[in-house]
Amino acid sequence: MDILETIKEQIEQNTIIIYMKGSPEQPQCGFSAQSTQMLMACGERFAYIDILANPEIRTTLPKYSDWPTFPQLFVEGELIGGCDILTEMYENGELQTLVSEASQRATSPAD
Amino acid sequence: MSLQEKIEQKIADALPCKHLEVINESNKHNVPPGSESHFKVVLVSDAFDDQKLIVRHRQINKILAEELEQGLHALAMHTYTETEWREQQGDAPMSPPCRGGG
Repeated sequence: MDILETIKEQIEQNTIIIYMKGSPEQPQCGFSAQSTQMLMACGERFAYIDILANPEIRTTLPKYSDWPTFPQLFVEGELIGGCDILTEMYENGELQTLVSEASQRATSPAD
Repeated sequence: MSLQEKIEQKIADALPCKHLEVINESNKHNVPPGSESHFKVVLVSDAFDDQKLIVRHRQINKILAEELEQGLHALAMHTYTETEWREQQGDAPMSPPCRGGG
C-alpha cells in the first residue's frame, strides 16, 4: 500500500495515536518520552508508531500533517501537536479531558 | 551568522516580539560538540492573542521551514501572549533530557 494511505488509515482507525521515536517503554528521544508519559498518565489506550523503525513514515508524515518534528499526537484524526503543546495541555488538564472524551466516544455505540 | 542568530532574526522579522529568547540546547543531546541542532524558542507576542497553541507553533514552523529542512532537528517552542507571560512570571518550562535516538 502507498505509504500515505497507510498513514491515513492509521490515523483514521486509531482514536488516539502518537508518532514517536522508540516505544512508550523505550523512548529514544526526550520529547517522545515526556509525551508518552503524559499520555499514559491520562489512563486511556493509545496506539503508537515508532518512526525510527519506519523511515518512510518519518519522511512522509511531516508533509501530510504539515508539522516538521516528532512526536506528533493525533486524536480523532486531528493533529493536536508535539511535546510542548501536550505539556501545556496536560498541565492545565485539557489533555486528560480530550483523551478521555475521545475514547468514550470511540467505545460507546453510535446513535 | 550562527544558526541561533539566524533563527532569532527570522522570527523577529516575521512577528512582533515582546520577548524573544532562542537557546541552543544541542549540547544536551547526542550530537558533536558545537552542533546547532536542538533549539528552544521562548516568544511573547501580540500576534498570539486568541490563537490556539497549534496555530502559534505552525506559524513558527513556517518561519523556520528552511532551517527545519536543513538540519535543525529539534525545536522546542514556548509561546505566550503578554498576559500569559505575566501569569507564567517570565519562566518557560525546561526541555526534557535526551534519550539518544536521533
